[in-house]
Amino acid sequence: MEELLSLFVRAVFIENMALQMFLGMCTFLAVSKKVETAIGLGVAVIVVQTITVPVNNLIFNNLLREGALGWLGLESMSLEFLGYLCYIGVIAAMVQILEMFLDKFVPALYNALGVFLPLITVNCAILGATLFMEQRDYSFVESIAFGSGAGFGWALALVLLAGIREKLKYSDVPDGLRGLGITFITAGLMSLGFMSLGGISL
Amino acid sequence: MAEAKKVVLNPLLDNNPIALQILGVCSALAVTTQLSVTLVMCVALTTVTAFSNMFISLIRHHMPSSIRIIVQMTIIASLVIAVDQFLQAFAYEISKSLSVFVGLIITNCIVMGRAEAFAMKNPPGISFLDGVGNGLGYSLVLIVVASVRELFGSGSLLGYQIMPLVENGGWYQGNGLMLLSPSAFFIIGFFIWWLRSRKTDQVEVRDFRLASHSTSEEAA
Repeated sequence: MEELLSLFVRAVFIENMALQMFLGMCTFLAVSKKVETAIGLGVAVIVVQTITVPVNNLIFNNLLREGALGWLGLESMSLEFLGYLCYIGVIAAMVQILEMFLDKFVPALYNALGVFLPLITVNCAILGATLFMEQRDYSFVESIAFGSGAGFGWALALVLLAGIREKLKYSDVPDGLRGLGITFITAGLMSLGFMSLGGISL
Repeated sequence: MAEAKKVVLNPLLDNNPIALQILGVCSALAVTTQLSVTLVMCVALTTVTAFSNMFISLIRHHMPSSIRIIVQMTIIASLVIAVDQFLQAFAYEISKSLSVFVGLIITNCIVMGRAEAFAMKNPPGISFLDGVGNGLGYSLVLIVVASVRELFGSGSLLGYQIMPLVENGGWYQGNGLMLLSPSAFFIIGFFIWWLRSRKTDQVEVRDFRLASHSTSEEAA
């Protein structure tokens, strides 16, 4: 249990998806203008991440991995090269199911998320977490902890940046740096801040 | 011919995918500690963007719009698998140091963004060139960032020692920050600043304008 908790904390703070791994940057920079939308998107990412990473873990371990199809008499078959195609399919399907589910049962949240929900499919933080899971060979339970941690860390960074940017828009930034430029530098400073958590060993 | 040239050269500075369209930022930050790795990433991304643009443009009239995203994803993922297998076969070391970032070309917004914005509306030939152009625009930013990081971080370029480090008896004290993740944010931020002070039409509009200071007599 303790081990899973430390995996979760590592994924949130030390290996933060947005600020240390640079994943999901496009959405991170584009959707961080308002705290409210940032929170909505963050919640959606946490949900999708917590579901897709374990599901992809099951697919990898039971279908794709070398020898996983042994029960069919195909001991030496490895379908690992099909990984990307399967993972992105699972992610796209999950987002679609989540969209239909929210539309039917939680219309308020569905309307609040709007266009950002389908965009989660192409958020590289989601696919990135799956690929890290494959590379580091997590078990099913570990992949749940890692997936939710990665989603939570990304959401945390997004909401923090949105909070800073809400205040930042009142400041007098040099012309060329206004907007995207100063956002990059802010994110860099935040990343420095998160690096100070790197020394924590769990 | 003039149009083809424009499609290839325009994304370099005038409509740069990273600096202006905010596409494909993730890998620009993550794979830029070493110039050699960056160059491989640039070639891989340009290839995938160009070919995915071409194939998507070829079948653009036969795709129902409700399933177009998943069709595009399948084409892109297949291309990325081909590139990934090629790298693992012929450049295993570099493929290892790129780790998950080759796979992440699938979700690189440049590929999807150009497929949606350009290839769905234009014939295959010009779409291919648009892919090449945007790949080059992306490569330009990456190469600038990677050169700065490798030169000032470890005093070398492409592995050749340019400024000998103090540890090896030289005179240059390597800048550790350049090898760490935050420096990429700063360098791209400053690159955007440089670009926008040259091309002032790219400057973003102000949300708020500060009123000028009033003197105490005026205020009274």
